[in-house]
Amino acid sequence: MSGTGGIATLAEHKRRRIDELTARTAEAGGVSLLRDAGRRLLRNPTAVVGAVIILLFLVIAVFAPLVAPHDPVQRFPELTRDLTVDAIPGASAGHPLGSDPLGRDFASRMIYGARQTLFVGVLATLIGLLSGVLLGAVAGAAGGWVDVLIMRITDVLLALPSLLLAITLVALASRSTQWTVIIAVAVVNVPIFARLLRGAMLAQRESDHVLAARALGVKRRDIVLRHMLPNSLTAVIVQATLTFAVAILDAAALSFLGLGDPDINRAEWGLMLGVDGVRYFEVRPELAYFPALAIIAVALGFTLLGESMREALDPKNRR
Amino acid sequence: MPLLDVRDLSVVFQRKGTRPVTAVDGVSFTVEPGQTVGLVGESGCGKSVTSLAIMGLLPRRGNRVGGEVRFDGTDLLTLRPRDLRDRRGRDIGMIFQDPLSSLNPVIPLGLQVAEVLERHQGRSRQAALREARGLLDAVGIPDPARRLKEFPHQLSGGMRQRALIAIALACKPRLLIADEPTTALDVTIQAQILTLLKDLVDRSGTALMMITHDLGVVAGLCDTVNVLYAGKVVERAGRHDLFADPRHPYTHGLLQSVPRLDADRGGRLHQIRGSVSDNIPWPEGCAFAPRCDRVNDACIGETVPLAPTHRGGALRCTNPVPQEVSA
Repeated sequence: MSGTGGIATLAEHKRRRIDELTARTAEAGGVSLLRDAGRRLLRNPTAVVGAVIILLFLVIAVFAPLVAPHDPVQRFPELTRDLTVDAIPGASAGHPLGSDPLGRDFASRMIYGARQTLFVGVLATLIGLLSGVLLGAVAGAAGGWVDVLIMRITDVLLALPSLLLAITLVALASRSTQWTVIIAVAVVNVPIFARLLRGAMLAQRESDHVLAARALGVKRRDIVLRHMLPNSLTAVIVQATLTFAVAILDAAALSFLGLGDPDINRAEWGLMLGVDGVRYFEVRPELAYFPALAIIAVALGFTLLGESMREALDPKNRR
Repeated sequence: MPLLDVRDLSVVFQRKGTRPVTAVDGVSFTVEPGQTVGLVGESGCGKSVTSLAIMGLLPRRGNRVGGEVRFDGTDLLTLRPRDLRDRRGRDIGMIFQDPLSSLNPVIPLGLQVAEVLERHQGRSRQAALREARGLLDAVGIPDPARRLKEFPHQLSGGMRQRALIAIALACKPRLLIADEPTTALDVTIQAQILTLLKDLVDRSGTALMMITHDLGVVAGLCDTVNVLYAGKVVERAGRHDLFADPRHPYTHGLLQSVPRLDADRGGRLHQIRGSVSDNIPWPEGCAFAPRCDRVNDACIGETVPLAPTHRGGALRCTNPVPQEVSA
């Protein structure tokens, strides 16, 4: 009896196994590379936390005029009336975080700061990404002296600490605006993207499918644009997400040091931290805490998402 | 005139500061229109390098290619890169060993088939995609309309190789070079792919140059077989002659090593002693000499020439295996 029972269980086990396999195959069918990676991202709590943080700040930034209780540059005379160094008004009705030393609503300035910070971070990253990808693609596709030239330039840029380089670039400009900051932070990241992409392109150049494409007589331009470049972008996409964090920190650091846009009306976390936060730290530490925490939170969000993307897009993790 | 006439092809790899390595050493053979020719040999004998040299696909640096590769009268080795690119994929198609890595992982299959049609036949994207559907259908891929939109990793190994065959034959080339097309596949799929290949080349009149280490593939497919050893052709014969009556000790040894269903049970499988790394350089004699059972003094010391045989092939041996006397 036990024999038949064993056979029955075995058959049952096999059937279940087959069902499992078919289910998994069906699931895998119609799933593209990116969608597959996206699905794995959603299952990863780290990625979700990162994405939620970013989304939160993004919503606040986009809908700043709706979310903020007041105009960030509007001064409230009743809040500044008795303004002395040790009497900056704290929270009151209509002003949940109180005001800054100039009597502007602090909560509104924090909210508009998200807009400014993300704007600088996104633009600096995008400009750095595009220029880096362009340089890296040219270097990797052309090879020879073009490659050597581009790589030596990136070596020089990489040799300098990123913040020092950014400070130097800002100092070179006659008048600092937010664009000087954006360009400086972008330039700092160009060599990283260029190197990454070049490396991936070189690996692609030796790959079987590029050889197969060459065997079909595909034109060199198409080999680079259709076969090498799209397969080289994974590392760059991950790096871009991580670069958002670095760009935001760098931009904040430049403002903190007083190298950003000197416009005192602009709500910018780094500037808020560097001017009022430092000056009034002993009387109103919130003026430093809130911008600092906001900067950390956004940078953390992008780092968490970037790291999980690196994992999700790694072909070795595909199941 | 033969369709492909390879004369004295040689490929020498050299990096600065290293000894040059001769991978292909004066290989000559021809492929007639519509014929299937096999290039057989073990790993490292120069099969794949020969095919890459014919296609002009070797890396630009670090190697020297000599000899002539006449395709339809034109020497491909002296052609400008631009002109050679125009011919690749249009006049000569090629399929590789590993079907997964030979397909671009981020592009849907349809576009990869369409790409070659757009490139060589000036089709519009729409027309090319429509034609691609027919091509996938012709190589036996079920539900081609759906497969066109799928990515390589969603297809099975056999289907990927079928797709590669469809791409290689899309422009109806006159020659198809297949570099171990079935090595990465299961035995059952191997048989299907070989049948498909044979069927397609027979129907379209495409000549096929089959590179393989699998004698079973040769037996089923090739009209003429070139056996390569250490970068040189050691024996050339028609399929029947080669299998019925191998003359070179290397060929003989290879055929002896194939397991047979009708052999005595428990008998040991024949093997060729030594390994391919045991060869002596060709100018000092036969490279196979250290592994050969029939080695004699004439095998060592001087180059053994490739001599024509009376049955229309060629042989490079001083002491060939005697012809079997048919009973």
